Amino acid sequence: MLSVEGLTKRFGTLVANDAVDLVITPGEIHALLGENGAGKSTFVKMLFGSLRPDAGIIRWEGQPVSIHTPAEARALGIGMVFQHFSLFEALTAGENIALAFEGGGTGHGAIGQKAREVSETYGLPIDPDALVGELSVGERQRIEIVRCLMQDPKLIILDEPTSVLTPQEAEKLFETLERLKGEGRSVLYISHRLDEVRRLCDRATVLRHGKVVTHCTPSEETASSLAAMMVGEEVEGFSRTASSNHASARAVLRLNGLSLPAASPFAVPLKNVDLTVPAGMVIGIAGVAGNGQGELFEAVSGEVLQNDAGMVAIDGTDAGQMDIEGRRALGAAFVPEERLGHGAAPAMPLTDNLFLSRHGTDSGSFTGTLGNILKGKLKTVAAHISATMDVRKGAPDPHASALSGGNLQKFLVGRELDREPLLIVVNQPTWGVDAGAAARIRGALAEVARRGGAVLAISQDLDELFEIADAIAVMHHGRMSKPIPIEDATREKIGLLMGGADPDHTELDEVQI
Amino acid sequence: MIALDKRPNPSALYATLSPFIALALTLIAGVILFLAIGKSPAAALYAYFIEPLTEGWSLHELAVKATPLILIGAGLCIAFLSGNWNIGAEGQLVMGAIAGALVPVLMPEFRNILTLPLMLCLGMLGGALWASVPGLLKAKFGTSEILTSLMLVYVAQLFLDWLVRGPWRDPAGYNFPQTVRFSPEATMPAIDYASGRAHWGFGIAIIVALALWYMLARTRRGFSLRVTGQSPRAARFGGFSPGRTTMFAFLLSGALAGLAGIIEVSGAIGQLRPTISPGYGFTAIIVAFLGRLNPAGAILAGLVLALSYLGGEAAQITLGVSDKIARVFQGMILFFVLGCDTLINYRIRLKGASVSGTAAVTPAATVGPEQKRDIDAAAGAVPEAGRHA
Repeated sequence: MLSVEGLTKRFGTLVANDAVDLVITPGEIHALLGENGAGKSTFVKMLFGSLRPDAGIIRWEGQPVSIHTPAEARALGIGMVFQHFSLFEALTAGENIALAFEGGGTGHGAIGQKAREVSETYGLPIDPDALVGELSVGERQRIEIVRCLMQDPKLIILDEPTSVLTPQEAEKLFETLERLKGEGRSVLYISHRLDEVRRLCDRATVLRHGKVVTHCTPSEETASSLAAMMVGEEVEGFSRTASSNHASARAVLRLNGLSLPAASPFAVPLKNVDLTVPAGMVIGIAGVAGNGQGELFEAVSGEVLQNDAGMVAIDGTDAGQMDIEGRRALGAAFVPEERLGHGAAPAMPLTDNLFLSRHGTDSGSFTGTLGNILKGKLKTVAAHISATMDVRKGAPDPHASALSGGNLQKFLVGRELDREPLLIVVNQPTWGVDAGAAARIRGALAEVARRGGAVLAISQDLDELFEIADAIAVMHHGRMSKPIPIEDATREKIGLLMGGADPDHTELDEVQI
Repeated sequence: MIALDKRPNPSALYATLSPFIALALTLIAGVILFLAIGKSPAAALYAYFIEPLTEGWSLHELAVKATPLILIGAGLCIAFLSGNWNIGAEGQLVMGAIAGALVPVLMPEFRNILTLPLMLCLGMLGGALWASVPGLLKAKFGTSEILTSLMLVYVAQLFLDWLVRGPWRDPAGYNFPQTVRFSPEATMPAIDYASGRAHWGFGIAIIVALALWYMLARTRRGFSLRVTGQSPRAARFGGFSPGRTTMFAFLLSGALAGLAGIIEVSGAIGQLRPTISPGYGFTAIIVAFLGRLNPAGAILAGLVLALSYLGGEAAQITLGVSDKIARVFQGMILFFVLGCDTLINYRIRLKGASVSGTAAVTPAATVGPEQKRDIDAAAGAVPEAGRHA
């Protein structure tokens, strides 16, 4: 159906795709595997007409084609569901679908009718009259998929589709994909979740540094052999050490009925969140994206203040009315989800970004008497952090935006750990980070707990939480479940809570930490 | 339709050259302009840009005109870099002049070594207070500072007009709308009486601009301003309150505009009149941009724009063209600087007719972060769009 030969794309000196070959047959689910930055997105953008290849041939049903725009790709029969949805939150699902067909001469009614047919045929229930802003991420994804399927594509490209879904929602998606496959449609499935790929995909193409490493059959590989192909070396698994006895540990972070009204119509209000993070422990917060995790982070970090000082206590001190600097002074450190633009200023060098979160806590060491910045000291510490965390960079002090996601995240985590904080709160610690960097970051977080510090790790990646957390709590619609000790936690239990099972009316209630 | 696409790697070389390219383009446009009105471009450009630099007295005039431009421009660099669009420096200049003139007008007998320093302090206070209004409105209520700071210019100008025609009019001034002349103790001393009018305000302007450059480049305060302008969310993560940064930027830029105002009346004019500035507060916006929002760059840019005022006067005398020609040149400089900066950061793309049928709908992608920041700046604090849009 689709065959690609020698597809190459250069950005300046960087060869993002180097002579990539790939063949997809009708009715095949084909996985595209690779670390962050391996060239998966570049490849897909060329298939979908968003980028122009520098060399190589794309053959569609045997004919060489050149695809200049997404519209041409759709006309050929290529559909795409993006990782970041392109939906208007203030419009209804039906209006969003109709928008994509505006100018095609079909009326709203006809489109609505067709949308209903498609959603019923493929088991993708959607409510055309629901406001997108009020829908869960899984529901939004269904709208995107329905919109894509209405164009009757022969090849559907899915970019990291399960990264925003609960395990149960992911199951439903897999059923839909199997049905599409049964109709003879092909799927190009981009993911770094190896278990999924092994289960679902017929064949896989592995990219590394823009080159095809191998074409393989995932079901014949193990997760670790696939990971090794992606990374190019055996990934050292992070091994959990038995959590220390925590019965008598003091509470480093305590949330007491933390509530926060929504800051905007599409934000999630926090509702009476209680949580204790004791010294020497990693507490994980699971949840589907957009259930209040970002709001929780900003409330704990002090970027958003609380009405009642007692709602957040750090090391025994009521901190609800303190700003982020005040909370840092109590020994807390923070790593936000967005690296560029939140955790770091993109157009500033690493030394400046080191200063960003450390100017208050290390005021004596980084600033002179006039408030003048001591660049030399910043350079020394930045170099130390880079060495400790194995931050790979092209220049001694590059801009934050010049680092790959994984290397920047290593630097940002290292920036906080270098202070030896009492508490570290981290949101999506390894989101979009390559396997090697992720293992390093997880190891560093576990090390904080081993030294007697406390870690609050908010993550959508359940594998990650099962790997590092001593207990997992789940956020849903701004509420937090009780933490489930890792010994009692199963993916099913956590998944149910992520999907909104009422924690107060299940047997989980009795599980105490 | 024309679309602007963000360039992934804007050229650093062109970013540095941008003000020079803009000046060259302004000269070219000037040639066309003079041709169009039937004047010899060579003679006109000589009269405009070279002649004022050939005589001692006009170099003094250059320093006199550059003084307020550098002071205000350096302050505006700080404001603009931190994302605070203070457009009302002209009003802050006027209020600084009024506040500083309190001493010589209301206490003409207070004449000693402290007279001038007190006037300068009051001038800064007056400008800072006037600037604190849009600053507070923005920090507390998210009001667009562009509108409020601009509107207060006219309030300040009318207030000055009323003062000099009413309560502050010199009783012995033959009914002219002006205050008493300032005493020698209330006058900014000249650098060299023998050769021209230039006064020590020029020295103050240079020192202030260099001090601001140091603060911006090398201190924690400067860092907080830069990071707030570049990446507001990261600044908040760093513990720099956006409201406090806004207040600081407005108070500082307002104080410097006020200082420029009192220096202008005590050094160059010697009394308050209905009009004390030919738009220095607005021209300083051009100074800030031409100087790359770098206070040290504002020194050079201030001199260039001062030359445009002088050249305008010279062209009026030598060529018999309107002195509005200075405004035209100033406008062209700003236009070309901003044009160059835009083309350095963005690529122009002509979009064909709208793609029919199944056009991609990407609400989040149509506004780049840079544009968004500008829009935010223009519209006041717009709440951040949902990240999962």
